[in-house]
Amino acid sequence: MSALLEVRDLRVAFPRGRSDEVFALRGVDLSLKRGERLGVVGESGAGKSMLAFAILDLIQSPGRIAGGSIRFDGQNLLAMSEREIRRVRGKRIAMIFQDPMATLNPVLTIGRQMAEALEAHGRISEREARRRSVEMLKAVQVPQAEARYDAYPHELSGGLRQRVVIAIALLAEPEIIIADEPTTALDVTIQAEIMALLLRLCREREVGLILITHDLAVVAEVTERLMIMYAGRCVEEGPTSEVIARPRHPYAAGLLASLPGHTEPGARLTQIPGSMPPLGALPEGCAFRPRCEHAYARCHLERPELEPDLPGRRVACYLPLGGRT
Amino acid sequence: MHIIAFLLRRSVQAALVMLVISIIGFSIQDNLGDPLRELVGQSVSEAERDQLREKLGLNDPFWVQYGRFLSNAIEGDLGTSYFFKRPALDVIFDKFPATFELVLVSALIIVVLSVPAGIYCAVHPGSFFSRVIMSGSIIGISVPVFLTAIFLIWIFAVELGVMPAYGRGEVVDLGWWDTGLLTVDGVLHIILPAISLASIMLPLFIRLIRAEMMEQLGQDYVRFARAKGLSEKRVRNHAFRNTLLPVVTVGGLQIGTLIAYTILTETVFQWPGMGFLFLEAVNRVDTPLIIAYIIVVGGIFVLVNTAVDLIYTMINPMVKLPGESA
Repeated sequence: MSALLEVRDLRVAFPRGRSDEVFALRGVDLSLKRGERLGVVGESGAGKSMLAFAILDLIQSPGRIAGGSIRFDGQNLLAMSEREIRRVRGKRIAMIFQDPMATLNPVLTIGRQMAEALEAHGRISEREARRRSVEMLKAVQVPQAEARYDAYPHELSGGLRQRVVIAIALLAEPEIIIADEPTTALDVTIQAEIMALLLRLCREREVGLILITHDLAVVAEVTERLMIMYAGRCVEEGPTSEVIARPRHPYAAGLLASLPGHTEPGARLTQIPGSMPPLGALPEGCAFRPRCEHAYARCHLERPELEPDLPGRRVACYLPLGGRT
Repeated sequence: MHIIAFLLRRSVQAALVMLVISIIGFSIQDNLGDPLRELVGQSVSEAERDQLREKLGLNDPFWVQYGRFLSNAIEGDLGTSYFFKRPALDVIFDKFPATFELVLVSALIIVVLSVPAGIYCAVHPGSFFSRVIMSGSIIGISVPVFLTAIFLIWIFAVELGVMPAYGRGEVVDLGWWDTGLLTVDGVLHIILPAISLASIMLPLFIRLIRAEMMEQLGQDYVRFARAKGLSEKRVRNHAFRNTLLPVVTVGGLQIGTLIAYTILTETVFQWPGMGFLFLEAVNRVDTPLIIAYIIVVGGIFVLVNTAVDLIYTMINPMVKLPGESA
């Protein structure tokens, strides 16, 4: 089965000074089958959110998409007019943002913000919009859905607001949801609830999910495939369970080793030495090279491309852990 | 219900504010010069003057005079103008329509121009046109109203001769109100004064709307609105609703300042309004009229601020009137 969403060599650039540019994404590939759930993991600044926004052409000026292609259901999103891509946004690919406090407009009612998501994609009566929205609020387990429809965002708790955001994302029955750290801003006790809800709804409705997070534990539970990003590129990709059980890229291994669950209780957590270089000052060759204990001459000279590795997996490293295949 | 409670509380506060204004207004009367000099000619003897002073109560102690003033004021009598020999309040209200129309047209110019200009500059921050507007607004803020007014008269009335230089033009008397907005001549006459009066606030509003709108456009809810597939017009509407909140607050306060600037504008254009009247009253040491003006303008300030607070609670769902449950 061919992929529903196919991103190739995507580049996003931001201007630096008058004539220079810094690349926040330096050629990212991504593919997602219908109903598939993909995790995108990496530390802050690796370009995860940038990838999410770029897919829907929502990079804010002065940033721009500087190259690559995004094919969705056979069409190139980057070649679309503003009008055409608006028909994809929300309707076919929806987004959930990180902070539910900031995602909802404080001066409009929940109902207005839900109804307009429906109105944007076809004529619909106010009653019908209300009926479908309330139904969706019930589906995301918002109590007193009828009353909440007329409430303002500040009258709801953070957890409830994120449920509303999920409801808005699901309203137009999209084929893919891109969730950018959907639980990061929430209380720990509510995080698991929201994640479980999102997973259940995606499964029931066969909606594909691109889950952007830095929480590997969540990724392991929710996603089927995993993509690890470093400095604006994908460094490793494969089935989630396999990547977690047997990481090939030293960076992926370092991320996993830094998780509390992977070490003996009481033992010190390991950490990756150094920090991610700023995007404007990446080293020659492999971007991870300064922090990698296995680096050798070739890593200084050439940038490793994302190449097929073990079956179903790809890695961008000359010396993958566990030896080359 | 809450609106009534709010208005009641506000009325009490307003009464207190007015009391303070009246004391301050009344206390300056001894420092304005001798009203008798203007009131009577030079040929009147000192004895007759003293007699008149006694008759007008000007020799009584301050608090006695103030008490007399206050008890009359409560009955709606703010004193009698020395010059017009009529109740000061009547004289002021005769001039009120002229000032009101001037402020109204100015406010209209400000709103109609600043909203689109501010939004345009926020949406296209780097464009040539935005830069022109932003540089122009600096000039607008820097040039004082009376200078703008004189420049406008010089260019449009003297050099080009297309606009009248002074006065209110042809006025239609509606019985309770005289308006210059119903005749072509009246409209022509109000254009230059209104532009001068607007010239200070307009750039301020453009900059305020632009700054606030730019901040709102960077917010997550704007991105989320785009991600829902809304048109750019709808998305801007989202941002503008939030831009309005601080603009209404600042704008309300600025309406008061606008009234203060009418004194300058009306004087330059010989506009027969309250501000021009006030300046004349100062020249004539027409103390009752001066005090009445101060109190009327103070009252307008209080009214406007109350209205702004009410409007604010209406457009901001996060603010409730005191006592209203969430």
